[in-house]
Amino acid sequence: MEIIRPGINIDLVGKMKIAFVASLVAIILSVLSLLLHGGPNLGIDFAGGTQVQIKFSQETTAEGIRDSLQTIGLGNSIIQRFGYHANNEFLIKTEKSSSALEGLSNKMAEALEVSYGKENFEIRRVEVVGPKVGKDLRQKGLLAMLYAVIGILIYVTWRFELRYAVGAIAALIHDVVITVGVFSLLGKEFTLPIIAALLTIIGYSLNDTIVVYDRIRENIKGARKQPLPEVVNSSINQVLSRTVLTSVTTLLVVLALFFLGGAVIHDFAFALLVGILVGTYSSVFVASPTVLVWETISPSKEKRKQ
Amino acid sequence: MSEKNIKARAIVTFVIVAAALFFLMPSITQNLPSIWKDNTDKIHLGLDLQGGMHLVLEVETGKAIESSMERISNDLKEVLMERRIRFRHLDREEGIFTTLELASREEHAQFEKVLKNEFPSLEIKSTEIVDGREKVWLKINDKQIEAIEKFAVEQSLETIRNRVDEFGVSEPEIIPQGKDRILIQLPGIKDPQRAINLIGKTALLEFKLLDEEHSLDEAVAGKVPDGDIIAYGYKIESQTGRRVKIPYLIKRKTLLTGEALEDAKVTISNRFGEPYVSLKFDSQGARDFDRITAQNVKKRLAIVLDGVVHSAPVIQERISGGNAQITGSFTMEEAHDLAIVLRAGALPAPVRILEQRTVGPSLGQDSIDKGILSIIVGSILVILFMVLYYNLSGIVADIALFLNIILIMGALAAFRATLTLPGIAGIVLTIGMAVDANVLIFERIREELRLGKSPRASIAGGYSKALSTIVDANVTTLIAALVLFQFGTGPVKGFAVTLSIGIVCSMFTAIFVTRILYDYFVWDRNIKKISI
Repeated sequence: MEIIRPGINIDLVGKMKIAFVASLVAIILSVLSLLLHGGPNLGIDFAGGTQVQIKFSQETTAEGIRDSLQTIGLGNSIIQRFGYHANNEFLIKTEKSSSALEGLSNKMAEALEVSYGKENFEIRRVEVVGPKVGKDLRQKGLLAMLYAVIGILIYVTWRFELRYAVGAIAALIHDVVITVGVFSLLGKEFTLPIIAALLTIIGYSLNDTIVVYDRIRENIKGARKQPLPEVVNSSINQVLSRTVLTSVTTLLVVLALFFLGGAVIHDFAFALLVGILVGTYSSVFVASPTVLVWETISPSKEKRKQ
Repeated sequence: MSEKNIKARAIVTFVIVAAALFFLMPSITQNLPSIWKDNTDKIHLGLDLQGGMHLVLEVETGKAIESSMERISNDLKEVLMERRIRFRHLDREEGIFTTLELASREEHAQFEKVLKNEFPSLEIKSTEIVDGREKVWLKINDKQIEAIEKFAVEQSLETIRNRVDEFGVSEPEIIPQGKDRILIQLPGIKDPQRAINLIGKTALLEFKLLDEEHSLDEAVAGKVPDGDIIAYGYKIESQTGRRVKIPYLIKRKTLLTGEALEDAKVTISNRFGEPYVSLKFDSQGARDFDRITAQNVKKRLAIVLDGVVHSAPVIQERISGGNAQITGSFTMEEAHDLAIVLRAGALPAPVRILEQRTVGPSLGQDSIDKGILSIIVGSILVILFMVLYYNLSGIVADIALFLNIILIMGALAAFRATLTLPGIAGIVLTIGMAVDANVLIFERIREELRLGKSPRASIAGGYSKALSTIVDANVTTLIAALVLFQFGTGPVKGFAVTLSIGIVCSMFTAIFVTRILYDYFVWDRNIKKISI
């Protein structure tokens, strides 16, 4: 079976302009969304706070829970449904976190006991992150992204050339910004696992990009007379089959995670989903065109020799 | 490449897979001979899969310094009075300084002598002239401060370990983090709040005398006599059943602390069947208690726990047996927990909770179930797809995939790595990305075939040309995974671990193992066509 027929030769480079516009629009929308919402929606991992996941044995509403929490002054908490409706699971979030031993989650449990009765709910998970730790994790998260990008820049420059590395980084930034933008548009939260997802997307997008670069490098060696855009285009077409395939297999498993993995891992799977789609797109339409544009601005050593 | 080579490579593969299975056995069954039990262990599950509590505490070392200063300043006062060195207004200021006023140069010289000889840990921070008298500010020197802080953390660790021991959690983890933090992991804990109370309670037990000479009301109004403090206790009002705060005027000096205890036990009172905690002092403590009670018969002794007056009974007579009791309205559980903390000892400084994450066991089990389901369904989808797309070669890739999963799980068990929910996601992801290496190789083989090369040559060409691409692509993902490992905590670290292991294993199976299969099927026979 073959999805992409051999000898295919779509003029992808020609479509560069359209792709550029599409990417630009996506990035602008992402940035706008972030600005409108005052930055990414930080979960308690980064903003500090208390988060409690509670499962009720019967149909409940957020308003009912809110009334119950009103009695202990937590009426302003964010109360969301968690997972499928039938689960009757809710997530209660508040910015306050108490460093005292008698935690907020306990007070919440007491208030809910009064309203619902002890047997009718179960506290499944409690997370309390004090401001110090929140700040710590914020720093760690940013540093992780920074070091990953630097490490990759060094590696790609070493294996290829600087302009390839720049193209790779451009694709990466593109992918991360758009993924973050989608999260922002949909109001999804940023937690530590999401940072993990972003780093994975970075790694995966790079995977893709390098496969294309590898082919370009191989073809350049063999075709010194050919203009670079042609070489790039044919290279991309040659690896198109593999690019599409790997995306398909990876998407298959991520979809399995997305639908079957449960509510806790749901947002993580969603981030991967978006990232893989955008990452595949960027390897073709962002990384390689960047190499081309760089080439016209400052031709590579080989071309200069000619 | 020759036939021998195929055999050798096949054996290497077999050994590696067997090793992986060896390490995996404990996770599958418990009935194993000792060779297994001694060297291997079940796959270690993270708290998000097992259920349990993760706690990060901060030791308030500042308070430890304050209490040291309190002790030292009391001692200093006594020594100065003994030596008849005149001073006025020996006070503590800002918690960590002691100030006093000296009358003349003579006093100052004598004072410095006392400091040098008997209080080496104190040093003069500054002096100022106030109303014609010299006011000296004393502080604890930096080296000593460092020592106190370090000791406070070490002792907190030790005390918490003792307390957790008594609580009976299997495989607890209590490790220092940074300069003044403690990380505690309690897998499988059923009552997290009780554990937190047990761990975090300072449990400083102090015996102090009540000041019955001065007026309590005046003190509450604001005029606290020199050397006294006001402390509060609680009482249940018999009529309304409410808890009310009662003030006590007690002498600041601590006569005896919980350190002098040898044992603390829960006992049921004969009279009302109420539990109380009976204390037994060690030999020095018993002697001290004997002396204190003998000197203060008919006076009231306040039993203060963490600054709260628990009770203030009258000393009826001299107590020489070294036994005492703490009574009050306890539940059985409260009494039990109090006995535990008294036995384990007081924390040298209070602790604050910086981070707490608790996962209930039901959610943990849920996550495991869903994780395994994702792995199975994801694998099936990929396996089917590969066969559909690459025919028999697809089956080769699938065998590699299957071995991959075994190797990953085996590596996790062998390295005692922790499997978390994101870690399971990492395995699922690896399944999807692992076939990538195979895809790269197969696409190359197809290309070589199209160029008209023989099957053998196409296979060789495909593998060699794809190799550098595979390495490059995987190294970059590996870099991302390693950075994550470095900066991530808990579940995220677990993800980095499985991702890294997955990448390495998938490279191995794709490059090494599948090649063996190909070579075996293609080498000896003159195959005209490869099913790919």
